[in-house]
Amino acid sequence: AYRTDEGQPWVLPVVKKVEQMIANDNSLNHEYLPILGLPEFRANASRIALGDDSPAIKENRVGGVQSLGGTGALRIGAEFLRRWYNGNNNTATPVYVSAPSWENHNSVFMDAGFKDIKTYHYWDAAKRGLDLQGLLNDMEHAPEFSIFILHACAHNPTGTDPTPEQWKQIAAVMKRRSLFPFFDSAYQGFASGSLDKDAWAVRYFVSEGFELFCAQSFSKNFGLYNERVGNLTVVGKDADNVQRVLSQMEKIVRTTWSNPPSQGARIVATTLSSPQLFDEWYGNVKTMADRVLLMRSELRSRLEALGTPGTWNHITEQIGMFSFTGLNPKQVEYLVKEKHIYLMASGRINMCGLTTKNLDYVAKSIHEAVTKIQ
Amino acid sequence: SSWWSHVEMGPPDPILGVTEAYKRDTNSKKMNLGVGAYRDDNGKPYVLNCVRKAEAMIASKKMDKEYLPIGGLADFTRASAELALGENSEAFKSGRYVTVQGISGTGSLRIGANFLQRFFKASRDVYLPKPSWGNHTPIFRDAGMQLQAYRYYDPKTCSLDFSGAMDDISKIPEKSIILLHACAHNPTGVDPRQEQWKEMAAMVKKRNLLVYFDMAYQGFASGDINRDAWAVRYFIEQGSNIVLSQSFAKNMGLYGERAGAFTVICSDADEAKRVESQLKILIRPMYSNPPVNGARIASMILNTPDLRKEWLTEVKGMADRIISMRTQLVSNLKKEGSSHNWQHITDQIGMFCFTGLKPEQVERLIKEFSIYMTKDGRISVAGVTSGNVGYLAHAIHQVTK
Repeated sequence: AYRTDEGQPWVLPVVKKVEQMIANDNSLNHEYLPILGLPEFRANASRIALGDDSPAIKENRVGGVQSLGGTGALRIGAEFLRRWYNGNNNTATPVYVSAPSWENHNSVFMDAGFKDIKTYHYWDAAKRGLDLQGLLNDMEHAPEFSIFILHACAHNPTGTDPTPEQWKQIAAVMKRRSLFPFFDSAYQGFASGSLDKDAWAVRYFVSEGFELFCAQSFSKNFGLYNERVGNLTVVGKDADNVQRVLSQMEKIVRTTWSNPPSQGARIVATTLSSPQLFDEWYGNVKTMADRVLLMRSELRSRLEALGTPGTWNHITEQIGMFSFTGLNPKQVEYLVKEKHIYLMASGRINMCGLTTKNLDYVAKSIHEAVTKIQ
Repeated sequence: SSWWSHVEMGPPDPILGVTEAYKRDTNSKKMNLGVGAYRDDNGKPYVLNCVRKAEAMIASKKMDKEYLPIGGLADFTRASAELALGENSEAFKSGRYVTVQGISGTGSLRIGANFLQRFFKASRDVYLPKPSWGNHTPIFRDAGMQLQAYRYYDPKTCSLDFSGAMDDISKIPEKSIILLHACAHNPTGVDPRQEQWKEMAAMVKKRNLLVYFDMAYQGFASGDINRDAWAVRYFIEQGSNIVLSQSFAKNMGLYGERAGAFTVICSDADEAKRVESQLKILIRPMYSNPPVNGARIASMILNTPDLRKEWLTEVKGMADRIISMRTQLVSNLKKEGSSHNWQHITDQIGMFCFTGLKPEQVERLIKEFSIYMTKDGRISVAGVTSGNVGYLAHAIHQVTK
């Protein structure tokens, strides 16, 4: 979760404002939402992902399923794919998850019934970047119709995203081999500070004519973690297909949670549908993204100034909340035990934990770890 | 071509269809008796005062939005367990239970169903009363369980087929799962009397069945939370380590906030901890952690003495209005000159009433009187008001005389 420079959680000012508006609106009650969720939320959420001028939206071939966070959207999408994709109830369809990935991806698809969950090459530890060749190779050799979970931006946990050129190559292979793109978009806006930039890959795939799913989370970019606000955006060939897909999504939702929680969706819908509130929100998002970007650049410059062995440009080239530092487990152990700096054994640090007050300490500690321990 | 060319259009939801048709109707006297949500005597949704107060208190605390634990808000789950089991419950006091927050009743049922599918190896069979809530079957099916039934409703008397139920239950294979509605049976409104519950508990124990209670109307049925939870508590006292799903949609009017809980009564606290760990493993790949808003409101109400008192009064108010509508409907039918026995309307309890009307009669009510209900003759008493109960009685008499 995001933290301020004081190391505190941050409820976005626009969220506070909108919550007050909702509280003061006596016409609102706690009645059930429709099964697929609040219509204004679904439409706005998909619009955010695909862009105001999205041809798919204009052609009425986009649908949304309001879900409980990004996880809920992934699960509903996975349940639908298991029932209806590549035949009926084809649990043998391979599902590819990046190596590494958010560890819950595996469990989501497993619990949805898929029997063949594999990894695709992604992180190149040696060069601390994307293993594009490995990735493309895996796609070339994956069985036709395999499902690929793609991180729309700010890859979790590596922070390493394909460039637009690399995305184009990925899309070309996926199209040729009839692979299904299932985007996980948990950080739109939060990664670069630009909604459009962070959605570039999803929109490119749409422009290339793919049918796809995009699981959206508003946990980070709206700071609405515990309200569980998410949306599964479905892009299909035409309106009729999308309609039938949504009718089956309803059946899946009905046995999972019946209908989604209203509070978070109301906040997001109200914000996104008001030009003024939207601008305020964008400003809040940029505040968060900018702070993380600042911490990245400050950490890197300190490490370089200290002459810490190795190269540290990956700290600023990576994006989003997390960074794969490249520290090995022994070095990590040193940081945890000797310096009380907590990070994952994989060397993944949460950039949100850095503050102007602790930057020096963290940089010095990393320097120690790298010089003392090989 | 599309990946989805072969995807069939899903069947329209039968209950939603009722509301859709109602909305299109221009008759000023129209009535929506399909709605499964409480309405006040003006036919409007009712936000409880204690809910408004709780919301104001929560807002003033300026809390953050950090993720809840996977199992939910602890103050909420503890208070939910205590509400269901009773503060003097040995199971509650000893800590030999685990309660996780669920997405209202449906989500809690589903967590339980998934848990049983994974860990209850003795049987895949879940026995539902005939009839049961329409969503029970697909929930258990999607969780990988099989559905069976035991006799429950007697259409000839519009009441409980007790001997049929006992006969069927006596033949359920050992170690099967039996689902019971704790109170205010949906859709019939027919509940066993306490002596009948006692016999059922003994039979269930004899057959060594795992009991799954669905309690969606505690307080909302009789107006008394302890009375409505009597069966749940009795079964536990008799030694059934039940599993239980609770909803706060109706009794706190928190419908769209999705406040619910799933409880497993265990042998001891250690077993409860192990069960909890497995429930979390089930929840995480479903939605990671539950929504805070409804749980915070419910927790504030249950844990703040003044609010809790106010809530008990308000939930009794809702239950009393429903009961009063039942009484008025029967007396109005008599006034219309109906010679039928309508006693089941006041014998039944909770939001719903199985009127005993046949599909053709329901059809006439819809077409000639713009009174909307489901084809099985179920009405939501919540949709009846002192302003329209006379019209309803008149219409029913017209189609049944």
